[in-house]
Amino acid sequence: MNLEAKALDIRKDIVELIYRAGCGHIGGDLSVTDILVDLYYKQMNVAPDKMDDPNRDRFVLSKGHSVEALYCVLADRGFFDKKELFDTYSQYLSKFIGHPNNKVNGVEMNTGSLGHGLSVAVGMAMAGKMDKRDYRVYAVMGDGEMAEGSNWEAVTAGAHYKLDNLTAFVDRNRLQISGTTEEVMTADEQEERWAAFGWNVISIPGNNIDAIDNAVELAKHTKGKPTVIIANTTKGCGVSFIENKAAWHHKVPTEAEYQQAMKELDERRAQL
Amino acid sequence: MNKIANKQVINDVLLEESAKDKDIIVLCSDSRGSAGMKSFAEERPEQFVEVGIAEQNLVGISAGLASCGKKPFAVSPASFLSTRSMEQAKVDVAYSNTNVKLIGISGGVSYGALGMTHHSATDIATMGSMPNMRVYLPSDRFQTEALVRSLLKDDKPAYIRIGRNAVEDVYEEGNVPFELDKATLVKEGTDVTIIACGELVGDAKAAAEELAGKGISARVLDMYCVKPIDKDAIIQAAKDTKLIVTVEEHTMYGGMGSMVAQITAANAPVKVINLTLPDAPVVTGKSREIFKYYGLDAEGIVKTVTEQL
Repeated sequence: MNLEAKALDIRKDIVELIYRAGCGHIGGDLSVTDILVDLYYKQMNVAPDKMDDPNRDRFVLSKGHSVEALYCVLADRGFFDKKELFDTYSQYLSKFIGHPNNKVNGVEMNTGSLGHGLSVAVGMAMAGKMDKRDYRVYAVMGDGEMAEGSNWEAVTAGAHYKLDNLTAFVDRNRLQISGTTEEVMTADEQEERWAAFGWNVISIPGNNIDAIDNAVELAKHTKGKPTVIIANTTKGCGVSFIENKAAWHHKVPTEAEYQQAMKELDERRAQL
Repeated sequence: MNKIANKQVINDVLLEESAKDKDIIVLCSDSRGSAGMKSFAEERPEQFVEVGIAEQNLVGISAGLASCGKKPFAVSPASFLSTRSMEQAKVDVAYSNTNVKLIGISGGVSYGALGMTHHSATDIATMGSMPNMRVYLPSDRFQTEALVRSLLKDDKPAYIRIGRNAVEDVYEEGNVPFELDKATLVKEGTDVTIIACGELVGDAKAAAEELAGKGISARVLDMYCVKPIDKDAIIQAAKDTKLIVTVEEHTMYGGMGSMVAQITAANAPVKVINLTLPDAPVVTGKSREIFKYYGLDAEGIVKTVTEQL
């Protein structure tokens, strides 16, 4: 499968979903898309009919506001009906809430309040070790989210328990709702911080699927400690006027913007 | 005087059951000693997880374990478990509906003179207000054992609060009436109903015996199941007796008494008096001294009943 093409298709779905629903966190969705595509189309052992399989890989979207990206990937992989998602997302009585909910097939854990997912992922990885299962656990945090102190409890425990079956991502897009991460609350030196806690640290261009895939492979072969992949991403990646603009954290495209975004993504798709 | 604390009973039940069920996991936050979980930690090291002083992580990790089929018991002082990790309890446990049993030890004012930082006089309110979260305050060691054995059979979230020290038995060994989520009728009565939970059930029972000597017939309900509360038993009491007095080691808002008042008001209005801790940091003292000060002990209950009836 051409994962770059898939990532562009997913980006189009995200824009479409948010435009139709009139809400969503478009900037963070577009920065995390490539990570999700590599995990869900190549790396992870998950499938719609395998959510009860104790050996399945686990995924926790700690930055739960990027749920549109996750839903688009899950829908495309057949975890639920894509039409139902597009027709009902965030609407009255929809099962598709604006943050991940484990009543939706494919979602392991409810998230949305930041600073929760990594602790949960640590628990999942511990369970894997206890049961001597070889599944892997993935968690994705936002860089703004790393200001939550609870994350560092989990980072400490992950290294303490040598959870080499756990891979964390930091979606380092350098923006959060109020501005740049450096203005809001210093997030630089993520690499040094995680390394100081005892994690294997890999820093990559985070919208490059080959780089993501290589890092995930490296993590799988790293023993005795968990791995964090600092994914240096572009918020809004793929749509020129959304890229690197804090205002697009959860802005909804107008009709003209929607058309423009789809055109740009189509053009990129054609260039592959 | 019974010397076995309720927390010790939990340790013993889990130690026994975990020999057969390897999915039972106990997690502590540097609290294995105070939690009475030392022997579990020593005898089941592979089923024991230490998270250090990190209650948020304690609950998050428990939820992750539960989502992978484990049966975690997160055992930590009720004061911290019910507030510091409240959001993890809400999101990772209650909302995600994971099979995590939160055991709040040294609950209420058990820590006495250590002060309000260590008191958990708001835990019924914080935990009980979350959809999906059940709240239990067992009264004595026998009921604690019956409760834990019962909860081991289900896969839903629950918060269990127990005190620090051994308390007088309410029930007799081998004769422990227990049905999950049904109040236990400790004593039948026709004039007044005393509804209590946790350690104060013993005081309610003693008060009823003293009231009998004064010619007052008091029913005593052990409402260990604070949520889901036994609505039927409350409505029946409201119909059968002229007065309901609730007794709990909790502040006045959002506790068991509040729930009783809510249910009677809507279904069978009757006078309800809530005996609670105050909406203020409590006076310095040991549990029994604090109970006495605020009229929650047998003497205080008798006084309230005779005044109000």
